[in-house]
Amino acid sequence: MATPHAVHHHAPPSGFLRKYVFSLDHKVIGKQYYDLALLAVIIGMILSWLMRLHLGWTNFAIPGLHFLTKSGAPGNIMTPEFYLQLMTMHGTIMVFFVLTTAPFAAFGNYFLPIQVGAEDMPFPHFNMMSFWVTCVGFLVLISSFVFSDGPTLAGWTQYAPLSAVGAVAGPGQGLGEVLWASSIGLFCIGQLLGSLNFISTTLDLRTKGMSLMRLPYTVWAWFITSCMGLGAFAVLMPACIFLILDHVAGTSFFVPSNLVINDQLQPHAGGSTLLWQHLFWFFGHPEVYIAIIPAMGITSHILSNNIRRPLLSYKVILGSMVTLALLSYMVYGHHMFVSGMNPVSSLAFSFPTLIITIPATIMVLIWIGSLYGSKIRINSASLFALGFISMFVSGGVSGFFLAQPSIDIMLHATYFVVGHFHLVMAVAAIFGIFAGTYFWFPKMFGRMMNETLGKIHFWLTFVGAYCIFMPFHYIGIAGNVRRYQAFVDDYLQPLIPVHRFITVAALLTGAAQLIFLYNFFHSRFWGKPAPANPWECTSLEWSTPSSPPPFDNFGPNLPVVYHDAYQYGVQSSTGDYLMQASPEQLPAAKQ
Amino acid sequence: MAPILDDLLTVKPPDVPDKTADIDNGGGNEQIPVAPTGRRLADYSPPPSSTAIWVVIAAITMTFAALTSALIIRQASSVDWRHLTLPRILYANTLVLILSSITLTIARHRLTSSRSAGERQAGHRGQWLYATLFLGLLFVGGQWVAWMQLRAQGLYLATNPNSSFFYVLTVAHALHILGGLCGLAYVIRKLNRGVLRKSTLDAAARYWHFVDLLWIYLLMLLWVKI
Amino acid sequence: MAKLFAVTIILVAILSAIPILIHKWDMPPDISTHGALIDKQMSETMLEAGIAFLAAQFILAIFIWKYSNRSKEAKIRTFPGGARVLVVAAFLLVGTEVLALGVFGAKAWGEEYFRPPSPDAMPIQVQAGQFAFYFRYPGPDGKFGATHPAMISEATENFFGLDPNDPAGKDDIVTAEMAIPVNREIHLLMHSKDVGHSFFVPELRVHQDFVPGLDLSVHFTATKPGKYEIVCTQLCGLGHYNMKAYLYVFSQQDFDDWLKKEAALQ
Repeated sequence: MATPHAVHHHAPPSGFLRKYVFSLDHKVIGKQYYDLALLAVIIGMILSWLMRLHLGWTNFAIPGLHFLTKSGAPGNIMTPEFYLQLMTMHGTIMVFFVLTTAPFAAFGNYFLPIQVGAEDMPFPHFNMMSFWVTCVGFLVLISSFVFSDGPTLAGWTQYAPLSAVGAVAGPGQGLGEVLWASSIGLFCIGQLLGSLNFISTTLDLRTKGMSLMRLPYTVWAWFITSCMGLGAFAVLMPACIFLILDHVAGTSFFVPSNLVINDQLQPHAGGSTLLWQHLFWFFGHPEVYIAIIPAMGITSHILSNNIRRPLLSYKVILGSMVTLALLSYMVYGHHMFVSGMNPVSSLAFSFPTLIITIPATIMVLIWIGSLYGSKIRINSASLFALGFISMFVSGGVSGFFLAQPSIDIMLHATYFVVGHFHLVMAVAAIFGIFAGTYFWFPKMFGRMMNETLGKIHFWLTFVGAYCIFMPFHYIGIAGNVRRYQAFVDDYLQPLIPVHRFITVAALLTGAAQLIFLYNFFHSRFWGKPAPANPWECTSLEWSTPSSPPPFDNFGPNLPVVYHDAYQYGVQSSTGDYLMQASPEQLPAAKQ
Repeated sequence: MAPILDDLLTVKPPDVPDKTADIDNGGGNEQIPVAPTGRRLADYSPPPSSTAIWVVIAAITMTFAALTSALIIRQASSVDWRHLTLPRILYANTLVLILSSITLTIARHRLTSSRSAGERQAGHRGQWLYATLFLGLLFVGGQWVAWMQLRAQGLYLATNPNSSFFYVLTVAHALHILGGLCGLAYVIRKLNRGVLRKSTLDAAARYWHFVDLLWIYLLMLLWVKI
Repeated sequence: MAKLFAVTIILVAILSAIPILIHKWDMPPDISTHGALIDKQMSETMLEAGIAFLAAQFILAIFIWKYSNRSKEAKIRTFPGGARVLVVAAFLLVGTEVLALGVFGAKAWGEEYFRPPSPDAMPIQVQAGQFAFYFRYPGPDGKFGATHPAMISEATENFFGLDPNDPAGKDDIVTAEMAIPVNREIHLLMHSKDVGHSFFVPELRVHQDFVPGLDLSVHFTATKPGKYEIVCTQLCGLGHYNMKAYLYVFSQQDFDDWLKKEAALQ
């Protein structure tokens, strides 16, 4: 029999590059992802301010705008094409590099191994590669601002043939388009490498006593999301490759024949426009659940901790997340109701879309129902978790409208849709990220964030987000079409004052995020030193010997788990909670 | 004379029921007598590389499913589909790939069958692994010849939709074969240094058999559709 | 702070509902024959979604108000019935609601998409291209002339690529604005010259994408004369915001006059 390997999985890192740049430590990788998402959200938000300024005041010369583009802002006044380019980059950066990166890649990388009681992920080299591939993808995307005639203008959805036919379709549709497709292809590969680690860690590296039913909601959420990513990203990647080939190799996957642009017959033949939509939305709908499910897991986890009781049913929350994930693959055609696909297919897609409201409703009812009779503790993290519920409800009810093809006739491609997805993604999911940040900051950095600033940040963001995104629904119902850089139609003129209101709200709410940024960076270096378990939380990350945890998370001895993750409202030696790793046994008491 | 290491399954979880009591009423009252112990990555069961390779296989399957459905949709909506004759060398390549799976199975069998440290067969240096590697490279070479033959007929990537799909499918597959070859090279390197784990070899073998089966599927798809 | 939060949630919910309740920004009035079912779906959905929205926000707020700042000795209680009641409620309430919406919505959808155009619907062809709509009427012979994409030329204003050798095309009338007679069913034949576009007239309750490579059509009947706007809703490039055309619904007499005028301009 061979000698067992009894050495550490990897020795403590040494040297600046190994410690901070090409790190194999999942915690460093998690922080790198978080910083990437932070940079991305700042850029994405600035892009949105530029868009909103232009929408409110179309001929306003925005100081310094010409630095961002070669020809898109003569005299600092945004051209129509530059608006569309900014809009495309805004959507792409936010959906991919913020909403998939922060709640999933950042927090997941940092806390998944710790919460299951492992010392790291099983494939740290792939993990490191996943971050750097994603990072390169981001740089490739941003580089499209610099090269040729700027980024692609076809929206983050990149519908063919506009996206596939080449530079003749408009500014940015040449090199900018190829850079977009390459960037997203790289992003897909990065996320697949990450999913590899997440799934292996969850299934194989749980410590002794950590059964599947004892995992925190967050671990389940990251695990489910990783599984979803396998289907979603693995389909978007070939679609991007087809798109690149249509551009550089003269193929016609997505471009039909007989197109005439600028009086010239285009050389493509026989491709299918709808094929892109099918491939893209097969990815795209699960993608939005990839964006929200980690936030649901984080909210559930933080909520339970701050109401000092377990949620009404662990299994129901779990089952709902799994059902959402499975159903998300069956509903993608609801983005294509009036796309020209068979009207019977439209009806067929609308039924699972309506049914998917059931697990979502169940989760909302469980969250709200768990508040009954609980002991709600108010802090920045819990405010954002509770705010998540409010935002998710608001964003979710507009889904009732969009799920029906007959109503979609009136609401498709209007601001109603934009309001819907911003509330669920740009607000609810971001609230999940904020909640996670305030909650886990003490563990990640060993310091506390400033609570007062956190609360001010919450108030301004909560009210501000409603002021920005609720009006989108009203103007959508009135027929305000989306992706217009200016409103020249007669029937849209009365709505321009609403746009100006939204713009002001957006700028103010954006400014409020500076409070968060200041708090985040200042506390990292000068925050009050954090106690070991400031939130009196039960999960394993609060059992590490230090904050931040040592390089192997738990030191020489991995923890053993004795309890499920939500022992709150009990009477133990530590108070009203019992940590998962605590050997203390309590008499089985009914609550 | 490098031995192959068993995966260390030394620390199996004690007799603790994995299913907890009804946690909705505050369960978690099992008696777990042992003190916290350290567990190294090698101690885990099942080995993570086994899970990982299934994840990889799942993702690659989804990608080729997307390519397949794109092919079907494209063909259904086109009037310009001109069937091409598959280069004959593809069939030879298929045989080569199947052979490589056989050599890999032999290699695995030889390296993991029960032998005590004293009884080592002479030349236990993984020649069957080298054979698999060679056959894999031969396959890729053969695919290259197939592409050259198509070019000689004037069928390039953008010539017509079926040639596009032919190239995309076969190149995509060949790239995954190259990945598998890297995995095999990694296994051989570990073997030569005496630190090869059974789980690593199993994972590499599983992946290789998968890309072999994938090729057979693609060949049938190409034959029927293209 | 908790009580302030609860009050804020309630205020936000009420303020969000007000513009809907006072019909401040409504859909434009329906001028179609098939739109009544759509409008009914819309109000039904608004009612149910609105109730769900207000109820959820209110209960969230009430619970936040009641269960914050409780004393240390206060007992933790469980929602009566626990998770089971809520799951059943979700299935029953939401389940019946979505089934109802789905079933009745199918009827509204079918009105437009499953009912074929009547045989004497008036055919009009619309071509969408970067960045304008053009319309073609078949003229007195009732037949559309042949078109070839290679012959399309903005320079010579041959927007449709009409074949000059085809006699059927000689009396075709090509216009930049669309006019239709009131109370007459129109069969709109849709074709895209280049990239994806969309045809949307809110008052007509008609919305359909143009898909390059596919020949699609919609049919509708307008019931009220007036001037309306056709807007493009599928991102098609830098001129997307400006891509529109006017739709005139005329009395039969006015329509005939208009068509004669346009024919003279060909």
